[in-house]
Amino acid sequence: MADIIFAGFGGQGILTAGKILIDVAAQHVKNICWTSSYGAAMRGGTASCSIIISDEEIGNPYPEELDILLAMNEPSYHKFIGDVKDGGYVIVNGSLMGDVEYPKNVNVYSVDATDIANGAGNGRAANLVMLGAMMKATGLMDADSFGESLNSYFEKKGRNTPSNLECYRLGMEKAEKK
Amino acid sequence: MSADYVLMKGNEAIAEAALRAGCRFYAGYPITPQSEILEYMSVNMEKHGGTFIQGENEIASMSMLFGASAAGARVMSSSSGPGFDLKQEEISYLTSNNLPAVLVNSMRYGTGDGEITPGQDSYWVSTRGGGHGDKRLIVLAPASVNECAELTYLAFDLAEKYRNVVEILTDGAISQMIEKCTLPPAKEHDIDKFDWTLTGKPLGVKKNKMNNLTNIIGHPAYSEMMLNKFKTMFAEEQRWESVETEDAELVLVAYGISSRVCKTAVREARRSGIKLGLIRPITVWPFPRKAFEALPDSVRGFVTVEMSISSQMGEDIMMAAKNSRPLYGCLTNVNIPRAKQIIDFCRDVLSGKIEPMEVI
Repeated sequence: MADIIFAGFGGQGILTAGKILIDVAAQHVKNICWTSSYGAAMRGGTASCSIIISDEEIGNPYPEELDILLAMNEPSYHKFIGDVKDGGYVIVNGSLMGDVEYPKNVNVYSVDATDIANGAGNGRAANLVMLGAMMKATGLMDADSFGESLNSYFEKKGRNTPSNLECYRLGMEKAEKK
Repeated sequence: MSADYVLMKGNEAIAEAALRAGCRFYAGYPITPQSEILEYMSVNMEKHGGTFIQGENEIASMSMLFGASAAGARVMSSSSGPGFDLKQEEISYLTSNNLPAVLVNSMRYGTGDGEITPGQDSYWVSTRGGGHGDKRLIVLAPASVNECAELTYLAFDLAEKYRNVVEILTDGAISQMIEKCTLPPAKEHDIDKFDWTLTGKPLGVKKNKMNNLTNIIGHPAYSEMMLNKFKTMFAEEQRWESVETEDAELVLVAYGISSRVCKTAVREARRSGIKLGLIRPITVWPFPRKAFEALPDSVRGFVTVEMSISSQMGEDIMMAAKNSRPLYGCLTNVNIPRAKQIIDFCRDVLSGKIEPMEVI
């Protein structure tokens, strides 16, 4: 169904965004697989996770061609853009992108995730802004029910705030096709 | 879809399945990429009334585990790379006392410190290792999070059945990935159910001793008993999965993370008319020789796909294949293989561009 990579700086909530996605996706599809680069990654270093969502048995857990790339900074965009399939989706964090000429063979959406999250007083929720933009851009899952599931994900962890869902919704609203 | 699953890392599935199998003693020492096992046990073992110990090192942890096993408990330890090396001496002692234990080796790549990333070059230390002396370990190689749980649960039963060390041979990729997992039912183990354990006995009743069995039953009784055990385990415990071998031209042989990539390679190669198949050993000892019996005449060769410098599994494949067909090595050392790389390799094998591998 979808081969996805989330990438950005360590500390931007890349791995968490991936875990939220599989938590919800697993309720609707047969198989999910989440892998991450582990090891010497630290705050400010690079972080990425790969996600495969499929009703077929998942073989290779590391996607070789991407349906969706979610890039929370510019180095991550450049690292993975070449792996995106024709007609695939790329969601970038406009707050941290310089002057980039985007390719024509993919659908690029931009959202100022870092600025929006900071503006909402929830700087750590830039990843949720990105998820909102992604749901709007790709239609991968029903955007509203994803929002509800996102709430319950954080409630299960015992540290939810209404601003989480707000950031997600702002991502849906403010994402712009490039 | 009903929520009959949990989302877990491979390491967490191993630890939870062990608890559900009645494991009530864990001792170990942290090392990437298996530390979540230790972490999970540190959080959850106490809830089950068991004992968790982070030993001062791997050797001490194994000595504690020896004691708990001698008392009849279901016991587990886990490590990786250089940490697993340190367990070898005690594996030999567990064997010499005929004691059951479950050990996890989550492979990282390289010799010495090597890397902390996934590897498959601890095949020999697992299938041939276990310290000095003549012994066999049953070695189970999961290729998914679900299988991490399933095989760990099974491992405790096999360890008890044969009074033998059983190893879960996983790798940094399988250990660290998150997938859906169906957990087995929880059961309690009766620590007092055996007649061989150190339990204490009333005055005047002969007490059990723990000692090298050769000191207790002597030669040749010991060697006969052990040889029978090896033969029974070899005959009874071979496990594998065959994928599309019925009409294959080339049969890939791979376990763990490599076998996952091979499954994609088989699927994609067949779309472009290249008939690949796969034999995935689930037990790497006993190696599933039965899987190589009665393969169709269409099979022109075997391709071992491993993350190592030289092939470590090649010898086992040659013995299983009885030299019926050539063996090729798609060896990706520090890198996780890619499906495209495997397909390109196989295309070159079929067009005669790649020579068979000499196993050294």
